[in-house]
Order: sequence, then C-alpha cells, then structure tokens
Amino acid sequence: MRDVTKRFPGCVANDHVSLDLERGEIHALLGENGAGKSTLVKILYGVQHADSGRILWEGEEVEIANPAAARTLGIGMVFQHFSLFETLSVADNVALALSRGTGRDPALVAEIKRLSNEYGLALDPDRIVYELSVGERQRVEIVRCLMQDPKLIIMDEPTSVLTPAEVDKLFDVLRRLKADGRTVLYISHKLQEIRDLCDRATILRGGKVVDSCDPSQETPNSLAAMMIGRSFDGPKIGKPVHTEDGDALLTVEGLSMEAASPFGTSLKNICLSVRPGEVLGIAGVAGNGQNTLLAALSGERIAQRDDWVRFEGKSIGRVGARGRRDMGIVFVPEERLGHGAVPDLALEENALLSGWGRWKLVRRGLISFSKTREKAEQVISAFGVVSAGSGAAARSLSGGNLQKFIIGREIMQDPKLLIAAQPTWGVDAGSAAAIQTALVDLARSGAGVIVVSQDLDELFTISDRVAVIFDGHLSESRPTHATSAEDVGLLMGGLFETPTEATPA
Amino acid sequence: MESLAPIVLSVIAAATPLLFAAMGELVVEKSGVLNLGVEGMMLGGAVVAFIVGVETGNGMLAAAAGAAMGMALAFLFAIMVLGLLANQVATGLALTLFGIGLSALLGRGYVGTPLPALPKLYVPGLTDIPVLGPIFFGQDGLVYLSIVLSGAVAWFLYRSRAGLILRSVGENPSAAHAIGYPVIRIRLLAVLFGGAMAGLGGAFLSLSYTPMWAEAMTAGRGWIALALVVFATWQPGKVLLGAYLFGGLTLAQLHLQSMGIIHIPSQFLNMTPYLATIVVLVVISRDAARIRLNAPASIGKVFHPDG
Amino acid sequence: MIALERRLEVSRFWLYATPVLAVGLTILSGAVMFAALGFDPLEALHAYFILPISDLYGLSELTVKATPLAMIAVGLALGFRGNVWNIGAEGQLILGAITGGGVALAFYGVEGPWLLPLMLLGGMVGGAFWAAIPAFLKVRFNANEILVSLMLTYVAGLLLVYLVTGPWKDPMGFGFPQSRLFHDSATLPTLFENSRMHIGFPIALFAVVVSWFVVSRTLIGFQIKVVGLTPPAAGYAGFSSSKVVWVTLLTTGALAGLAGVIEVSGPIGQLTPSISPGYGFTAIIVAFLGRLHPVGILLAALLMALSYIGGETAQIVMRLPLAVTGVFQGMLLFFLLASDVLAHYRIRFGSRRSEEG
Repeated sequence: MRDVTKRFPGCVANDHVSLDLERGEIHALLGENGAGKSTLVKILYGVQHADSGRILWEGEEVEIANPAAARTLGIGMVFQHFSLFETLSVADNVALALSRGTGRDPALVAEIKRLSNEYGLALDPDRIVYELSVGERQRVEIVRCLMQDPKLIIMDEPTSVLTPAEVDKLFDVLRRLKADGRTVLYISHKLQEIRDLCDRATILRGGKVVDSCDPSQETPNSLAAMMIGRSFDGPKIGKPVHTEDGDALLTVEGLSMEAASPFGTSLKNICLSVRPGEVLGIAGVAGNGQNTLLAALSGERIAQRDDWVRFEGKSIGRVGARGRRDMGIVFVPEERLGHGAVPDLALEENALLSGWGRWKLVRRGLISFSKTREKAEQVISAFGVVSAGSGAAARSLSGGNLQKFIIGREIMQDPKLLIAAQPTWGVDAGSAAAIQTALVDLARSGAGVIVVSQDLDELFTISDRVAVIFDGHLSESRPTHATSAEDVGLLMGGLFETPTEATPA
Repeated sequence: MESLAPIVLSVIAAATPLLFAAMGELVVEKSGVLNLGVEGMMLGGAVVAFIVGVETGNGMLAAAAGAAMGMALAFLFAIMVLGLLANQVATGLALTLFGIGLSALLGRGYVGTPLPALPKLYVPGLTDIPVLGPIFFGQDGLVYLSIVLSGAVAWFLYRSRAGLILRSVGENPSAAHAIGYPVIRIRLLAVLFGGAMAGLGGAFLSLSYTPMWAEAMTAGRGWIALALVVFATWQPGKVLLGAYLFGGLTLAQLHLQSMGIIHIPSQFLNMTPYLATIVVLVVISRDAARIRLNAPASIGKVFHPDG
Repeated sequence: MIALERRLEVSRFWLYATPVLAVGLTILSGAVMFAALGFDPLEALHAYFILPISDLYGLSELTVKATPLAMIAVGLALGFRGNVWNIGAEGQLILGAITGGGVALAFYGVEGPWLLPLMLLGGMVGGAFWAAIPAFLKVRFNANEILVSLMLTYVAGLLLVYLVTGPWKDPMGFGFPQSRLFHDSATLPTLFENSRMHIGFPIALFAVVVSWFVVSRTLIGFQIKVVGLTPPAAGYAGFSSSKVVWVTLLTTGALAGLAGVIEVSGPIGQLTPSISPGYGFTAIIVAFLGRLHPVGILLAALLMALSYIGGETAQIVMRLPLAVTGVFQGMLLFFLLASDVLAHYRIRFGSRRSEEG
C-alpha cells in the first residue's frame, strides 16, 4: 500500500486534508474534540462522503461508497462508541460485519476461535453481548474487524474505555498487527499513548492538517502545543483546604442497588464520604456501575434503606432528586443533551429545569419567566457561554458551551454538594480547563464535590482523594498526592479488597 | 369426539385473522418500527378482498387483492414514517382513522351483499378421516397459509441471514448503518410485509370468517393483534400460541352465549376479548427485564442517519 | 439527491404554516376524490364546506359539534405533550354519558336547579374513572396506555348497549334501544331561540382558556412538557412521570366525560347506543391539527365540526356517502404529520454536507 491520499476541499469539517499511510505502520491521527478526526475516518470508511477530493488506495483512485466497499478494499474499523448489537451473540455480531452467514455457521465460529487465540483475544462466540464487559466488547470489535483480513485498521479512541493493563494488552495486539504488515490508523488525543505506540503522527486542528511528526521525538507538551495551537495553561487549581477532622458532609454506608436495566451493573455495599471543601474523584472504566451510583447519589433512584445515604447527619436514602436538591445537593449528569438539558427547550427553560426550586422561580405553581430569564442570563455571562442568548435551544450549543451552562447553572444555585459525571468528556481544552477550575473553586469555597470520571489525568489534577469503582464495588479512597496513576490503574482492573465492614471510603 | 372437530375448526378460524396481523406486526416491530395502523390495514384488506371476491368469485384473487391493499396502506405509512420522519404513534393512529373511513367509503355499495362461499380444501380420503380430517385437510386455504407464513417468519427471523440483519436494524439502527446496511430500505420491506399480512387477516375475516362486509367489522382485532405481539414478548412461537388462545376465548364466549346456560347478558360476554387483552398486557408488562431482552431496542424511534 | 437536515431549532414559521398547508392539500385531494367518485368537485366542495355555514343555524350547529371536540382535544393535547397516549377518549366520553345520564334517570321527574350541575359532575367523575384504569395500569404495571384505553372504549360501548337495551330501556319506547327522554331539569338550556347552541360551548371555551393558562404559565404544564420531550431530564429535575400520567389521563377523562354528559343532556336528550359519531377519535386529529396549542385546538375543532356537518349536508344535497367525512379527517392528519417534516428538518437538494460527528 502506497500513498493513500485524501483531499476534501471546501468542507468545514475537513478542509483540504491530505493524509499518507504507509504499509506496516501505526499512524496516529491527533487532534482535539471537533478537529475533524471522526469525520475524516468516517469518509475513509464510507459512512460519510467527501464533497470533493480523492482517495488513492495502493496507487489507484477509488470510490468508497459505503462501508461494505471499504471492507472489500481491505479497510476495517473499530468504533469509538461500540457498534455492537447487545441482544445478539458474539458470533452473530461478527457475522453481521461480514457479507455472509449467521452466527450459527460452524465455520464462522471456528474462525472466530482461531483468530481470537492467535491474537490472545479470549472470546466465547456464543455469549450474548450484553453480558460482556467493556474490554470484552472491544475484543469482539477487533476480532470482527480482523475476520475481514484488513490491510488497514482504523481505531477510534480505543483506549478511552480500558484499564491501563488492558491498554498494554491492546498495544501488544496492535504491534503484532503491524508486524503482520497491516497498517493501523490510530485516533486519539492521549499524547503519552501516541508517543509509546505510533510511528508517525498527523495533527488536525479546525479541520486542517497543521503538522506531522515522529511522536517519539516529541514531548507531550510539544504535541499538545501542536494540537491546541498555542501554549496551553492547565486549569488554575487553588490550594487544598484540608478539613481532615471536619464532619463528613455526605456519607454512604453499605449501599447496594440493582441496576435499572438488565445490562447495567448493580452496586454492592458502597461506602464513601465527602467532607466540605474537598473534591472526591471516583475513577473506573465505563460500565462498572457508575450510572447506578450516580442515580443513587442524585436521588433519581431511591435506596432501599434511608440510612444508607446520610447528608449533614440526616438520612436521605429514600429522598428523591427534588428533595435532595432542596437540601443543597446538585448534580451534573454525564449526558448533557437529553439528561442534563432538554435539547428542544431554550436555555432559560433549561435553567428552570433544575433551578426552579433553589432560585424560587415558581410561586404557587406559577412560573416567573422574567426571573427565569434573568438567572439564565447570569449563568451565561458568568461562565462565558457562547450562545445566541437565553432563548437559544440547548441543542444549538456546542458541547463545551452547553457543559459550561449546565455546570454554571448548578454552581450558581449555591450548592453544599455538587456531583459531576464526566464533566469534561468531549469538551474542547479551553472549556475543560474552565470547568475544572470552577469545580475546584467551588470546593475551596466550602462545598463538597464528587467527580466521577474515566479520565485519570483529570482526577489527578482536580481531586483531593481518589476511589475506584469496579464491578459495582467501590475501593477505599486514597489521598491523590500519596498515590500514583499506576496504583489507581491496578484498582481499575479490580485488584482491590472489597470492604467487608462498613468503613467509609 | 365427533363434536370436537367443529370446535377446533372454529377456534382456528377465530385465531387466523389475529395470527396474520400479529405475525406481520411482529416483523415490523423487530425492524424497529411501531405501526399502530393494523386495524386500518385490516379493514382496507377486508373491504378490497370482499369487493374482488364478489366481483370475480375468485378467492385466491380476492385474498391477494386484500394483501395488496394492506400493503398499499402500509406504503403510505412508510412514506410518512421512514421518508418524512413523522411520529410513528401519531401516524399509526392516522392510518387507522384513514383506513376506517376509506373502507367504509369503498364498501358502501357492498353492505349486505352476500358472498358466494369460497371452496374449502378437500382432499379425497384424507378430509373424510373423522375429527382429524377436517382439521388438517378441510379448511380455507388462508388458514394453511397463515400457519405456513408463521413458520416462515420464525425461520426467517432466527435462522436466516436476512432475518439477522432485520433484527440488528431493530436493535441498533445506527450501528447497522455504520456497518453499511440500508436501514430505511430494510424497514420499508418489513412495513410492507406487515401491511400484506394485516391485509390477509382482513381478507380472511370478510371472505371466510364472516363472509360479508360491514363497516368497522374488524371490531378491534387489529389492536388485539398489537397486544398479542407484546404478549408474545416478540417471539413468533408465542404469537402463534397467543392467537390460538384468543381464538379459543372468542369461541368459548360465543358458545356460552348460544347455550344460554348462564344468564349473563351477551354484551358482557362480548367484552371478554377486550378485558382479556388488558389482563394479558398487565401480566406481561410487569416484567420489564424480559421485555427489554426481547423487544427491539429502537422501536418507535425516528432514525435519521446523521442523528 | 434530496436530503433532510435536522434544524437546530424548530422553525416557528413552518410550525404554524403546516396546518394551513395540510388543510389546503386535503381540500385538493378531496376534490380529486370527489371527481373520482363521479361528482362535480367544485359543487361537492361547496356543499361540504360553504353551504353548511351559510346561515345562522348552520353556524350554531358548528358550535354544537365543536364543543365536545374542543373539550376532549385540550385534554388529549395535555397528554400528548407529556407522551401519554390516551386514545380511548371515546370510551371516557361514553362512560361520562352513562354516569351523567344515570344521574338524570335516577332523579327522573325531580325538578330543581341542582340536578344539571350534579349530572355534569357525574359525567366528569365517570370519564375520569374510566381514564383512571389505564393510568393505574400504566403507573403500576407499565401496561401500554394506548391499548388499554382503546380496549376500554369497546367495553364502554358494550356497557352502554347493555344499559339501553336492558335495565335503562324506556318502558314506553316501543322496544327501541334507548332510555327515557330526560325531563326539563336534566336538559341543557340552549343559548338562543331556534338553535341548538347550548351552554356547553361556553364551558368548552372556558376549558380552552384554563388549559392555555396551565400549559404556558404553570409548573405542572412545564413538567408535562419536559416529561414528554426528554424523560431522563425529567427524572433529573425530580419531575414525576407517574404524576404526569395521572394528571393528564384524569384531566382528559373528566373532560371527555363532561363532553359525553353534555351530548346526552343537550343535543340528544336521552341515552342511545350511538351517542357519538367518533368525537373521541376525531379529537385526536383536532389536537394535532391545533398544534397541541389551546387556541389552535379551538380553530381545529371548528374545522372538524364543519367536516361533520359538511358530510351530512353533502349527503342530503348531493347524495355523497357519509364515509367521506372519515376519509377527509384521516387525510388531514396524514398531510399534517407529513408536512411536519418542514418544521423540524431543512430539505436540501444536491450533495449532503458532512457534519462533524
């Protein structure tokens, strides 16, 4: 394979992008969220079509009309958000990506087993996908891709859902693929990984190729500068106010809860506590019970026993979301559009959504729209939300701006405790730093903050203590300054003693 | 023993329209589309089949015309829901209202017209076997068709590659699209099949079950068929079972009325299929987990490739 | 290539222009249909849409038919906003007629100004009770309210037939399936001489105003909207979806029941097996055509009332089949839902621009 060139003139997402991939290399595509990485690979895989430009495959100009055409050429893809079918078996999922057979085909099942042995990707073809862990699901994706014997494998942010140990295993697989003469296009914004793994890197910014380099010759800082386009200051983090001896604000003791869906992870005997003035980080790979824990903390789901959750000494396990908010517990959900905000409603109505109680926007069942608008505008100006005003629909905002609005809305309600899930997931670097600063400032002003995140860097930047959630169990927490990312990584793989007695984490 | 055959025969006859409509809707829902217009499509099928039956005297042609009418109405639904991304619940309701009106309009000259009885299957020797003969070899051709099609649907969904693709589209249309399957086209075919099946169910009603045409003669069977799909938790075998249970219930109710043993006004007995539907829905819907494992995850949601 | 691109914000213009467009398309297709049936399209349309309202009596008849439609539709619209699909309003109407009419029959011959209010209350309670069944089964067992409320419509219809052919049959009715004619105190007063316009119409107007207020000004109206648009966000805000199911179903049931008792105590004057030409179903169309907005619903109710009267007029004048009304109504809803795409999507011709995904 030589000289794969792609050009897309006149397009906002990808502006005259050219990219060369050599046979047998691991090539990084590096860029911030919104830089155009996803669009570029979707075009390469035939999911979307370029307005103009050409794709040369092994020297010949090709038309990639759809993913099937891409697969015929020898291009395979492992998706960022898994594109698996939860209620189907592993073998059925593989069969769907091929152009023949079903999961009942014995030859297909044998082939899956052979490939998974060859690359050390243990898989049972008969299992139903919803029973699998996130790591196992990724193996299904990879095997599904390898079944087509691809010459080029596209991997979109493959490590964002893996534990550090799983990442190492994945890198082994990728190096073996490279040794077989296959090419890997590796999309990421994690600089260290790219330095460890990739032979070459192309950097995208604002839809344009801004640079290319040999990542092993660069430092993470120089890569970051290329990616963001300017030297970058991290969030301004205030000094921790240690209140070791202070009374706990929120205490959870022995909380267990069934998952809401049969595919979710149930909580088992969770213990944690947060004191005023500190940030507690909860790390963990997605799908280990975070959703259930967040619902249990926010009150969207009520615990079986009232005393499993206590706030300022009062038992609140059976108090709902509205009651907890009245007490001063506010919440920033992971999903911004569709959970934290109603996409089709204006920002002011979204201010009303969570703020009507604490801001007293409703009198005797009647809404005061003037006060609502005023509050929404205060949030917009205080947090620098770029929008068409308080009347703009939530849907019309960019991810970073909507997240700033939601965080701002919650912080400006003067909470005693703020719980945030993935506060900077998919947010541009500037907004992320602003959000992280705001969260730490809130804690320094005396409130408690819980941040649930998969991003270890983020947790080490902003939290005072870190605990890890794995398979519905929560580890004991450790002070951030006294622990390392490696230690937390081991915990994320489940290597911890589950608390047997009710000692708060 | 001798009296058993007519009972079984009438249970099967009462079940057949439901079986057609519910099997069709099952396929539609497995592809992720909820078509609440079954009642309207059944009525359309019933009236067109009846008209063609009266005019030509040809049962096969009449049934085919009924299926075609069901399909035509389903196509209308598909344009709205798949092409113009209209709300599926509202469009299904519109289809039912439209079907009721249109069938009444088309059938206005045929109310009270007698239909020449269509020949039933007769296999010399076999049909004459007592009890079993008439059951297995002496019924309207559509009865056999309904059973054959049910088997075909079960095989298609769980054994064939095309069925696997259909289920994958219903489970996760975005993922199916990303792999490269034409989601809209697959759903269109499923909706058309569902329409043809509902049309056949209606045709059986007006040609064979009660060989006549009356406005709104389906009397809610389209809705009961929808409930049957939920009852069956989207599994073809259970759709078959459910249809026959309902057939039995309808028959038991008619028998109680004709025997006049117990003094219950006929209206109360007539309520039983509707009340039974409610009871069944309640019993099945309690188990949310089981529904989630079998119900197509994307059902009723608009799919737009760009999100 | 034609592609649909989702608008970031719903187009206000098209939101209000689509009902007009849908009505236009329906009339156009109606003309084609009339021609196909062998009628002069212009004459038929004239008989259908102009003739019925060219005198005062016709106009008052319009309000008579619009009353139940508007009343039920404002309730339904509340539910549809909250994603509660009560399509059994017809059954709730019938039950309201039964309970309200039952009060009239129980006090047969007793005069007094208290009887009529008691009947109206009885009708509302009956309708609300019938709607409470799907509400309870939805909240408690997650049973689909569409199917339950619809099944109950058939049950209500059979119950009515049983009553008017059995225990409540008019002893002097020559065996006809109907109850006694309600006496004076149980009959709704008319507003003007020589018309059937009754006080039900102002009651319907009142319901429209109240529902406008609830939808646009109150917290419960906002809660219904959020639950309908984005259930997870409602859970986040602590809004109870069960409460929304209860409030919307009970409101619709009570309004439909009220419409039912108003029908039997006003224009009909007794209980008969067929007290409604499908008002409960037509109200679904009215709710959508009116954009779920109370004022829009009022206009839509008048239009749909016209389709009923027009159908009757056209039948008398031109021998057009009455079933045309149903086709018209179904078509209107179709066109409306189809043209909705314009409000939510932008139609682009030519190649599609790839968006950052």
